[in-house]
Amino acid sequence: MISAFGAGLLFGIGLWVSGMANPRKVLDFLDIAGNWDPSLLLVMGGAVAVTAVAFRPLLKRKPMDFKTRVDAPLVAGAALFGIGWGIGGYCPGPALTAISNLSVEILVFVPAMIAGGLFAKIVSPAGPGA
Amino acid sequence: MDNFTPVSALAGGVLIGLASVWLLAANGRIAGVSGILHGLFAQPPGDRRWRAAFIAGLILAGFAWHALAGGFSPRELGLGWVALAGVLVGFGTRIGGGCTSGHGVCGLGRFSLRSLVAVMVFMATGMAATFVMRHVL
Repeated sequence: MISAFGAGLLFGIGLWVSGMANPRKVLDFLDIAGNWDPSLLLVMGGAVAVTAVAFRPLLKRKPMDFKTRVDAPLVAGAALFGIGWGIGGYCPGPALTAISNLSVEILVFVPAMIAGGLFAKIVSPAGPGA
Repeated sequence: MDNFTPVSALAGGVLIGLASVWLLAANGRIAGVSGILHGLFAQPPGDRRWRAAFIAGLILAGFAWHALAGGFSPRELGLGWVALAGVLVGFGTRIGGGCTSGHGVCGLGRFSLRSLVAVMVFMATGMAATFVMRHVL
């Protein structure tokens, strides 16, 4: 419980340090036709460099069941998520940690995101998991 | 590219990676924020405590950062667009089984082809949607 809280706290700090909590910075990455900001690539690169090294021994010691199939729900879901991400500039992590802005925008976005997930459960009841 | 911030981007990315390793090592869980959030509303009650704790940490990090460094000014994006974006993000991550953290940070870290496909797809549609929003509409 406390360790999950700490992990969430560190994850959130990382989002703010990297600038990814600000949707404008995310959209400047996605906007390749504008004043392009490649920062998000380095955020992803830095994070994956860490997980790529440390995940392997952890998962070897305690294997987990992961889906491996590349199927239609994966592609359709990722495509729809990307469209929402490109419109708003928020993906789930930054949206949650940006609640601290207490802006009307974020207070509309987060409930809409939760509602979208609940609606998806009705359409496709299979459990979550990357 | 005058808005490129390589040092803070890399540093923040490393922190995000460390947090993901922490959650896997200590809780045996994958730090996929969309999955953690959706599970909070969909799983049997026994599974909810660690999810709520992670999300509480994520939210508290924002308030702590706000107190020390400040947040950011709001944009001029219509609330209809904001609501549509939120629904698409929630719906899409639930159907596609992950977001930038679950498929991106964690999936790529375990060299999952499924996650690589997801990342390429949402990057592509994200860029397309941003192009339309900023340069077409």
